[in-house]
Amino acid sequence: MANLRDHMGRPIVAVTGIGVVTSLGVGKADNWAALTSGKSGIHPITRFPVDQLNTRISGMVDFLPSSSKGASPLTYEMAETAAQEAVSEAGLDSGDFGGPLFLASPPVELDWADRFSLYNSDKQDIGAERLLRVARALKELDIFETTQFGSIADRLADRFGTRGLPITLSTACASGATAIQLGVEAIRRGECDKALSIGADGSATAEALIRFSLLSALSTHNDIPEKASKPFSKDRDGFVLAEGSGALVLESLEAALARGATILGIMRGCGEKADDFHRTRSKPDASPAIAAVRAALADAGVGEDEIDYVNAHGTSTPENDKMEHLSLSTVFGERIASMPISSNKSMIGHTLSAAGAVEAAFSLMTMRESVIPPTINYDNPDPAIVLDVVPNKKRNAEVSTVLSNSFGFGGQNTCLVMAREPV
Amino acid sequence: MRKIKKSPDPKQPPMSSHDVVITGIGLVSSLGEGPDAHWRKLTQPGFQPVLEAERFAPYTIHPLPEIDWNLQIAKRGDQRQMETWQRLGTYVAGLALDDAGIKGNDELCTTMDMVVAAGGGERDEAVDAGILAASESRNDRDVLLNEKLTTELRPTLFLAQLSNLLAGNISIVHKVTGSSRTFMGEEGAGVSAVETAAARIRSGQSTHVLVGGAFQTEHSDMLLGYELAGYLHRGPWKPVWQRQGSEGGGVVTGSGGAFLVLEQREHAQSRGRKIYAELGPVVSGRARRRRGELNAEIAALLKQAHLPDGDLLTISAASGAHAATAAEKAVLDANPTLAVRAFSTLTGHMKEAQFPFAVALAALAVDRKAGYPAFDATAERQFAGVPTTVLATTVGYHQFEGLGLIKAA
Repeated sequence: MANLRDHMGRPIVAVTGIGVVTSLGVGKADNWAALTSGKSGIHPITRFPVDQLNTRISGMVDFLPSSSKGASPLTYEMAETAAQEAVSEAGLDSGDFGGPLFLASPPVELDWADRFSLYNSDKQDIGAERLLRVARALKELDIFETTQFGSIADRLADRFGTRGLPITLSTACASGATAIQLGVEAIRRGECDKALSIGADGSATAEALIRFSLLSALSTHNDIPEKASKPFSKDRDGFVLAEGSGALVLESLEAALARGATILGIMRGCGEKADDFHRTRSKPDASPAIAAVRAALADAGVGEDEIDYVNAHGTSTPENDKMEHLSLSTVFGERIASMPISSNKSMIGHTLSAAGAVEAAFSLMTMRESVIPPTINYDNPDPAIVLDVVPNKKRNAEVSTVLSNSFGFGGQNTCLVMAREPV
Repeated sequence: MRKIKKSPDPKQPPMSSHDVVITGIGLVSSLGEGPDAHWRKLTQPGFQPVLEAERFAPYTIHPLPEIDWNLQIAKRGDQRQMETWQRLGTYVAGLALDDAGIKGNDELCTTMDMVVAAGGGERDEAVDAGILAASESRNDRDVLLNEKLTTELRPTLFLAQLSNLLAGNISIVHKVTGSSRTFMGEEGAGVSAVETAAARIRSGQSTHVLVGGAFQTEHSDMLLGYELAGYLHRGPWKPVWQRQGSEGGGVVTGSGGAFLVLEQREHAQSRGRKIYAELGPVVSGRARRRRGELNAEIAALLKQAHLPDGDLLTISAASGAHAATAAEKAVLDANPTLAVRAFSTLTGHMKEAQFPFAVALAALAVDRKAGYPAFDATAERQFAGVPTTVLATTVGYHQFEGLGLIKAA
């Protein structure tokens, strides 16, 4: 007999559909095959010239029709593609989903291609004055909509028939996890019996790359792109900017069982804690990350000894991997040295707003397939970080409970606990 | 076959329901800062708005008032890490925390949740203008972009532009660290932020939440965000309800912000705080406006909110955008009990902050037991009674709608 309510009397939330797009491909099957064979999706940048750039590699999604059309169209297409896969797998009507939408997506700005074309369509005045004058004469809404923060979710709401005002959110690199958390909470509060949570990010533009470069956040190991992302290695030198999307159909276990849906996993708990130390660096004692992990465990009603595997944030920046190790070793104590912990980002790079959702999707598949994807490029371990990172090769293992970490600029820390089976 | 253990009562909400009350209000607009200054000016019959018609001509805006940032952001280093938008939001959030007696109280700040409604921060206009000027004589524009951006962008400017870094700065400056979420999506983000914060409190997930947003319009990109669809009003200023048929799209923007401290009633009472008002139902929607659903959607939301009988003071966040404001007016006019006040006539449109601002003005009216005089005597009727319930409405200039009821505590 499955309990339908959790340890706090709330409806248990199941996952009944999963979709994913990364630089490794479209869909779960292709992604999982690549991920478990240790294949990297990191490749030289071809979308724009790399003159003057210190970083010339990325995990961009270059194979979709919108890949060259700008951040908003690509983010939409990846969100739609992943959501379609998830909703189909759940066996729900993909034009009449009937639950709320939570979308994690990058902040939007007018693309440079549009700025250039607007500006050069006229000769009068200069700078902003010219742009504004040209703008107000536009007859189409296409460019306008790429600058509205709610427009991607609005289109997705139309496309999938989601209910109500869709929520678009950003908690930086934790956004995907927050989108899932919002869905879980809405179901637990009884506001709905299903929710569509999506993280999507197609914002790897030249300007985004340059901005992260100026903050010294990106790897500059350009020569062998597939070796650049090396979480927990001694010679890690930054993350690799990437694109992707992950989508989950969340459903109350009760509703999912009642309609005979296949239960792909359980969202056991979510935890968060903001850091007040610095805009890009974590508090040196890692206390906010520690608090976020502990909050997720408490919310899930799961003890430290019940976590079988950690899907790490593992960005491959010197700072993150050190702090993540500190937080995990504080929470899990000596056991940490023998717990498998791997970073999907070693293969797909950092998909930013999508990362939490993409990695939740892979965490669920890890449990279902009993295979842990490796941390690749682990050739030169950091002696200060003693972890079982599932180095370089996948591992067969029974995994019943996973912790997935997401940490972001602006002091964002969000952790998810997922389980294979209802309790 | 899996056997299902039936829940005791599936209709029973899983968590106990708590009242949500408003215990802190932070406001900044061209009218000044704080609830008192706003109340004083907004209750002055025939009060004239503060306008700036030259700087961004042909657009009129409502500019920021003089602000001493040091009062809420003590460290100059913190101020330097932000541009005006984040400084403004952090400042207004500080006002709300102060007002609720939470600022500086470590225990309350570290357990406080936060939902911020945000757009993006300011780009470097000089760098952008230089790139655009150079693009007139270059065909290799992508290379030009790399040349200029790698050498001219200030590294920290990126952080001043990131949407979630307003919340991040509030954590750093005011130590609010229970949780931090940023919602995006123009006015709708403000509606969802308040709605979600209230739902968290009602369900027992949060005891106190900081919620709000800010908008800094004095930057060409912030105007461009409207004008790419021709939404801005041009020519002489007019009240929100009078802009149909005028040159441009009807929106006059303003700089400002609104943050609220929402609190579980028991929590507020146990620490002996003044309660401005109770936050009643908050409802939201997404009309498919191209299919002409907006009027029906607004009417449906009004119905969902269960309006009380009798005269009802209504604080409208109408933007002036022609289609949206006409639809809102038509639906509100069809409800003769509603005495509407469109505050954007006096403050300008503050985008993500519109709904929190409307809720704040509604709470003030409930608290002070008086309505506001008409902000536009030609379109807004008298309201003489004591408002025990006030309606706050927000219909997005382009998409998303919401409203809420604010009641005497």
